Amino acid sequence: MSTHIDADLVRHIGKLSRIELTDEEVTAFVRQFSDVLEAFGKLQELDTENIEPMAHAVELQNVFADDTPRPSLTPDEALANAPDRVDDFFRVPKVIGGGA
Amino acid sequence: MSAITDLTAAQLAASIVAGETSAVEATQAYLDAIAARDGEIQAFNETYPDRALDRAKQLDADRAAGKQIGPLGGVPVAVKDNLCTTYGRTTCASKYLADFRAPYTATAVAKLQAAGAVVLGKANMDEFAMGSSTENSGMHATKNPWDTGRVPGGSSGGSAAAVAGRLCAAALGSDTGGSIRQPAAFCGVVGCKPTYGRVSRYGLVAFGSSLDQIGPLTRDVKDAALLTNVIAGHDPADSTSLPNSVPDYLAQLDEPIKNLRIGLPTEFFPDSAEALSPDTRAAIGKAIDAYKAMDADIVEVSLPHSRIDVAADGAISSFAVSAYYIVCTAECSSNLARFDSVHYGHRTKDAVDDIVTMYSRSRAESLGEEVKRRVMLGTYALSSGYYDAYYNKALKVRRLIADDFKSAFRKCDVILCPTTPTPAFRFGEKTANPIEMYMADIYTISLNLAGLPGLSLPVRLSESGLPIGMQLIGPILREEILFRAARMYETTNPANLVPPMVMT
Repeated sequence: MSTHIDADLVRHIGKLSRIELTDEEVTAFVRQFSDVLEAFGKLQELDTENIEPMAHAVELQNVFADDTPRPSLTPDEALANAPDRVDDFFRVPKVIGGGA
Repeated sequence: MSAITDLTAAQLAASIVAGETSAVEATQAYLDAIAARDGEIQAFNETYPDRALDRAKQLDADRAAGKQIGPLGGVPVAVKDNLCTTYGRTTCASKYLADFRAPYTATAVAKLQAAGAVVLGKANMDEFAMGSSTENSGMHATKNPWDTGRVPGGSSGGSAAAVAGRLCAAALGSDTGGSIRQPAAFCGVVGCKPTYGRVSRYGLVAFGSSLDQIGPLTRDVKDAALLTNVIAGHDPADSTSLPNSVPDYLAQLDEPIKNLRIGLPTEFFPDSAEALSPDTRAAIGKAIDAYKAMDADIVEVSLPHSRIDVAADGAISSFAVSAYYIVCTAECSSNLARFDSVHYGHRTKDAVDDIVTMYSRSRAESLGEEVKRRVMLGTYALSSGYYDAYYNKALKVRRLIADDFKSAFRKCDVILCPTTPTPAFRFGEKTANPIEMYMADIYTISLNLAGLPGLSLPVRLSESGLPIGMQLIGPILREEILFRAARMYETTNPANLVPPMVMT
């Protein structure tokens, strides 16, 4: 399959990926994504009609753990790397009503 | 050159247990080597000299008190900077994690430490393990000790360069598409990627969760078996780690396998200098002759869905590489969504008044170009409307690739092929074109898709004096066959590769 990659599509993917892009990055990615997607398209040469998808290399099923409490991180340990905190909370900019 | 830094990990551990060398002497010898050569090689992102010496003193005291200090007692090691430790920083060579201090230690590192190893520091890598040259590090470039104008390979380039440059006795790396084996080949050391799930991934910062595996980079095959003995095994903290018991990989290591059946995949010897350099082809040919001289049976096998295609214009392509880059970018986009600048990591200094701008600007400021590229490609491949055409298609091809190996292993015990198309390339040679860089992994990538164990060992130098690696591939959970087959070669045809910069 061939998909036309243009600047608008690259900007859209950037938005979905939560990465701001400069104009130079958009230009470079338009070209590179076209090349990479062409390489991905090589798989269309193969007939995979009745093949089961393989999501994992070693297919384990139903791995259960005992339902017993065990020690975990303390709030201070969990918050030690936080860019911004208030008391026992991670502080972030406004979530509701702002931005995209 | 200090005699201590010439020893393998197994020899050094034996020397310390025998009281011929102390753990402090060993640690100091490597700290001296780092001081002498790491300014040029730049294998480490961070070292812990005080901590390492304290640890060594404790081990010496324990030994003096008659305590067991473990199979790696006093052996100085490096660990890749994507393995969490409660001391120092765990950066993944990303500006995003430049100041990240992990709240727990990775199981593989904890097991090394429990076995007596002394962690010298964190080794450089491609950012988040995405790359084949360590040029994508957000910290600095690591040089190949064989030629400082060339890359050490990647993504575990710091680990490989540290072992080759005699800056540590052994190292841990991680391998998602060849990231242990390819730098091992470029730097002339042994690198082993165990079966997927053989080593716990707990505390390994995730890139491609269905592909990632931790493994050793070492001076010889015996050390690779020794370190794998230590780090392998089930871990309740990693639900994908395998419950199977771990055999002692050293037990029969030195017993040659009688009538070893070696499979040569016809698709892995392409008639193209870019896909297989004449030097590499000749070196692998000589290694095959050496096995024949040990009465191995050489059989042809076929891996049609890992085939390497060379177009009329010389362009290289491969179903396996295409399938791999869809699966790994998809898993990468999902895994790296955790980097939200809320719980840890870089946050933009700009005053932003909504959370989406905060996410997007923080990520833009701190992630490197290749990481952005992969997150975006994966996001696209998983997006509505393209999921079946890309991701689901790749998972089906993944099954075809794994089935090819199953058929091949009905005819042979191990598969032999080159580790890389060419010896180490120069800085900047492949950075302009991502596809060319991706093709550095054409011989290593299918194993990760299929979950198989693989090992690269140095065979000889190219005409220009660069190491060439041979890859051996085994069936799922048959690492002991890999180690024995590699050891047969190593003991009868020792490569003894020491970079000139270490000898002067």
